[in-house]
Amino acid sequence: MDSISIIGMVSIIVSGFTIAIGSMGPAFGEARALAQALSAIAQQPDESGTLTRTLFVGLAMVESTAIYCFVVALILIFANPFWDFVIKQVGG
Amino acid sequence: MEFNPDNIIYWQWDFVKINATLIYSWAVILLLWISSWLITRNLTSGPGLSRWQNLLESIVSIIQDQIREASQQEPQKYLSFIGTLFLFIVFSNIITIIPGTSAPTASLSTTAALAACVFVAVPVFGIVTRGVKGYLMQYVKPTPFMLPFNIIGELSRTMALAIRLFGNIMSGTLVVAILLSLAPLFFPVIMQVLGLLIGFIQAYVFAILALVYIASATRVHGENNNQDTTGSFKQSI
Repeated sequence: MDSISIIGMVSIIVSGFTIAIGSMGPAFGEARALAQALSAIAQQPDESGTLTRTLFVGLAMVESTAIYCFVVALILIFANPFWDFVIKQVGG
Repeated sequence: MEFNPDNIIYWQWDFVKINATLIYSWAVILLLWISSWLITRNLTSGPGLSRWQNLLESIVSIIQDQIREASQQEPQKYLSFIGTLFLFIVFSNIITIIPGTSAPTASLSTTAALAACVFVAVPVFGIVTRGVKGYLMQYVKPTPFMLPFNIIGELSRTMALAIRLFGNIMSGTLVVAILLSLAPLFFPVIMQVLGLLIGFIQAYVFAILALVYIASATRVHGENNNQDTTGSFKQSI
């Protein structure tokens, strides 16, 4: 197999694994945070404003790890530097 | 498929490029500037408030309340910076619902610039409130051994701020683009509605995090101002 197809294959497989594994952890974390916030709102409905605000900010912070994985996966598929390098080598 | 508005170039002369990010950032800036100028041209305090003045006053007072609750300080000092960040990001995120436009925040350049503004604003507010020595002392607060970690934390949270906003908005745009090719009839509309919600929440999160960083740098009293960002975040919310 030449290097172009190896790089293409490895990039696509690894980007799939990146987004699959990288979204598992934040999904668990966000589910736990949401469950805790729901039970807290059920116990103290008066504080739902503060709880909701803290929940949104916290969820966005938890979610940012998944977003990093997503950005890495996108770079691997759409803007892969190694792929560009090999294409330039072959072309030039 | 083009998901980076930096690469949509309208006009180019040598290395000077006018791309979609620039165009729509300026569109948002002009929209905010002209509309607020038109509204605040004839303000009244009498009974006959115009509806636009009502809208603007309620927006400003909502932002003031949020700043007061989140930072436990008087909001007037932070209102201009945090409010500008919030309004600019909100309008940049939701401008995509107009067909043919692209969100300036879907480009890493815009979000990195906004995060750099926060990165500069934190020491500026900190030094104004606490003085140069008082601000710099918080880097060596637990022990001088923690100095490199504090500096790394400062840099990485700025990077996280930029990439979080960029990734969320860009992924929204990308999902709509992919769905347009798969199921063009109905589903992209649902994803765009979700995109409106995400754009609003992300603008809120960006503004609140900027406020939390600034507030943790300006907190004078209290012994616990050496905690990491999540610690001071919990403390101030």
